[in-house]
Amino acid sequence: MTEVSARERETAAEGAVVSIGSHLKNHLRDYGMLLALVVIMAFFQVVTDGTLMRPVNLTNLILQNSYIVIMALGMLLVIVAGHIDLSVGSVVGFVGAVAAVLLVQYQLPTLVVIPACLILGILIGAAQGYWIAYWRIPSFIVTLAGMLVFRGLTLWVLQGQSVGPFPRGFQLLSTGFIPDAFGIGRPNVTAILLGAATAAILVYMAMRNRRRHMKYGIEDEPFSFFLAKNGLIAAAIVFLSYMLATYRGFPNVLITMAVLTAAYTFLTNSTTVGRRIYALGGNEKAAKLSGIPTERLTFLTFANMGMLAALAGLIFAARLNTATPKAGVAFELDVIAAVFIGGASMSGGVGKIVGAVVGAFIMGVMNNGMSILGIGIDYQQVIKGLVLLAAVIFDVYNKNKST
Amino acid sequence: MKNIHMQAILEMQGITKSFPGVKALDDVNLTVARGEIHALVGENGAGKSTLMKVLSGVYPHGSYDGDIVFEGKSVAFSGISDSERDGIIIIHQELALVPLLSIAENIFLGNEIAKGGIVDWPETNARTEELLKTVGLREKPVTRVDALGVGKQQLVEIAKALSKKVKLLILDEPTAALQENDSQKLLDLLLELKAEGISSVLISHKLNEVSRVADSITVLRDGKTVSTLDCHSQKISEERIIRDMVGRDMAHRYPERTPEIGETLLEVADWNVWHPLQTERQVIRDASFRVAAGEVVGIAGLMGSGRTELAMSLFGKSYGRNISGTVKLRGKEIDVSTVGRAVANGLAYVTEDRKALGLVLEEDVMRNTTLANLARVSRNGVIDNAEERQVAERYRKALGVRTPSVFQKVMNLSGGNQQKVVLSKWLFTEPDVLILDEPTRGIDVGAKFEIYTIINELAGQGKGVVMISSEMPELLGMCDRIYVMNEGAIAGELAGSEANQEKIMSMIVRS
Repeated sequence: MTEVSARERETAAEGAVVSIGSHLKNHLRDYGMLLALVVIMAFFQVVTDGTLMRPVNLTNLILQNSYIVIMALGMLLVIVAGHIDLSVGSVVGFVGAVAAVLLVQYQLPTLVVIPACLILGILIGAAQGYWIAYWRIPSFIVTLAGMLVFRGLTLWVLQGQSVGPFPRGFQLLSTGFIPDAFGIGRPNVTAILLGAATAAILVYMAMRNRRRHMKYGIEDEPFSFFLAKNGLIAAAIVFLSYMLATYRGFPNVLITMAVLTAAYTFLTNSTTVGRRIYALGGNEKAAKLSGIPTERLTFLTFANMGMLAALAGLIFAARLNTATPKAGVAFELDVIAAVFIGGASMSGGVGKIVGAVVGAFIMGVMNNGMSILGIGIDYQQVIKGLVLLAAVIFDVYNKNKST
Repeated sequence: MKNIHMQAILEMQGITKSFPGVKALDDVNLTVARGEIHALVGENGAGKSTLMKVLSGVYPHGSYDGDIVFEGKSVAFSGISDSERDGIIIIHQELALVPLLSIAENIFLGNEIAKGGIVDWPETNARTEELLKTVGLREKPVTRVDALGVGKQQLVEIAKALSKKVKLLILDEPTAALQENDSQKLLDLLLELKAEGISSVLISHKLNEVSRVADSITVLRDGKTVSTLDCHSQKISEERIIRDMVGRDMAHRYPERTPEIGETLLEVADWNVWHPLQTERQVIRDASFRVAAGEVVGIAGLMGSGRTELAMSLFGKSYGRNISGTVKLRGKEIDVSTVGRAVANGLAYVTEDRKALGLVLEEDVMRNTTLANLARVSRNGVIDNAEERQVAERYRKALGVRTPSVFQKVMNLSGGNQQKVVLSKWLFTEPDVLILDEPTRGIDVGAKFEIYTIINELAGQGKGVVMISSEMPELLGMCDRIYVMNEGAIAGELAGSEANQEKIMSMIVRS
């Protein structure tokens, strides 16, 4: 027995990390993509002669990617649960079309249309989730069918035409900005304050977390590294807030996105539902034999995805100020790519909300940067494809190395 | 007998193999005489598999130190294909057959009888038929492998090895998943092959099998050769082998317990279950049994006798359809129609296959421990991290899970420790009755003893334990009472004190 405990101590000692270098190496997978985002941004900042980080372009970047980010939150849960949803692009188009018809042709008020469309999204997700969860039809097939069905329905609802423009209130969903509380305008003081507050809250939470981990002796992050990391993140947030403030402040959709990201991070990290989704994706049979209602959970995951796809559809329609039959085409690919770039595993059980959001912005920054450079859509696709492949290879390589 | 030891077919000398931070093999010697069955035994992690991987070229020449001499020639394999060409063939514990292909297709996979890329099916099937006759398997060459049981699949693997002109056959735990009679058949086949001059290395945990067929035994412990025993010049006792394996005396393989049997806890009556797909097939027939507080009750039976099906159908109807019968706990009928309700009513079921059904391998010890009872560590659906961690630590200590921390992914733990994590998960639901399905399958002697100790402690706490096992000595050593199942029915019941292997077998055979 003494021999065993000696071995135990040895492995325990191996677990404790001393230097920043080795810490970074151990967490390459966690920080790798964030680092990649920073590098990609820096690269485009240089080659576009600073256009990328101009306030107006940063604002655009957020507006352009908000719907991808929002859908990536739902898609992460779907993929963690061990499934896939190919229909989200078509659902974006369909919900946008329905909203347009209700707003423009039936003249219904915005405050009725928005909740109605979100419920429609939930129903769409639930309808697909029903077959997947309770009939065990592969999600790939069900949502491939959904992709065709809702694209067709989009065309039918719009009669092949574009419908718009929308009332002002609806447009605010995407193009509105948080007004300056002090009426100064530029720079927008609300934005700066919100940014500073967010940074402060994040740092406070990180510190609280670290204290708690220290108490249990499970903290392996060197303090200097902790300081540098959180300092950089806080500085980045304040800096970006300031940049946005010098233009028109925070777009409404940034708030939506931030709140949803925080909510889903909480859901995945701290709630029983989140925990169970990971268990379901990691080993469905074991989860089921542990008393977890796996079918219902799968069903809810798809209903949730439907709702977020509907929200994305509304935001996208509001941004274009018109619903077109082409809206949302191929969005599902960007969303799925974002989730996989963010480190989720195809076989389920692995993935983080932050990763998916970072993944979405990697795609977004590349889209934006290459467009500024005037790179043709042909090369853009090639480059995006290769980046997706590289990210996943990087992940797999890391995983193989660690085992 | 002496001349067997004159010529060695294989000599591995001074084999040392290091992985970063670990010396997996340290100056290991293994000599296999021509035409003998050489058993290689040792606890999990002793280095048996590593040694065989060195031999077969999975770890290529140059990645280890030492010499391998095969048939008098020094060899340097750089891959499995090299060693197979020389006639060294390994049959792994996890069978490497393609389930959807036929027996013949599997046997000649990668080695097809073909001209110019076109397979000669008549010849393939004829050759397969011959091979199947040799291994004593009465199946058609065109039968799909997934239609065969594990025992028959094992024979297909051996036929496949024979098709490659095997000189040295290495079997890694060949009988781990086999029933008594299939194991016997397999061992008989090994003896037949030996008579034909094929040498074999048998890696096994089952010492009764080893003593039955082995001509000599090499014991490995912690990457070193502890002893090489000649079974013909002296009588080797199992105790002697165990002592060499674990490095300490194990006077008792089963820990002592004075049973204090209380009131009847679980009572199952007239339990009937039909097959989930084949609707006319009844899997469980009128099964009735009971477990009292502080009692360890065994369920013996052959594979396919319905033991696991009985347990799973009881546990939230996780198996079968048209389930009928009553389940009472302390005299009151309880609802076990879903896993959640069965758990809430005090049942726990530790599955037979811990990797596929018991654990989320990608997740850590803590998350696996709390999975079945997350409500206990959460408020309004929000998990209390501190409490969860305390719970995980408590069970880690109580069950002696060897892991650097509770944040270790369970896939990195050994089989015995994984099993302890599964037990932790179910103990955390605070059940009245635990059903343990093959709780010690595939774990080493030392860890088995620890699991037995845990089982005894649970019984000591007044829980009822149902233990399903294919290893009869284990049931005989542990149980106060044993039910014998056969073809879906309970064929009989024996008190622990009066039970022995013969009585159990005769109940199975006579029912």
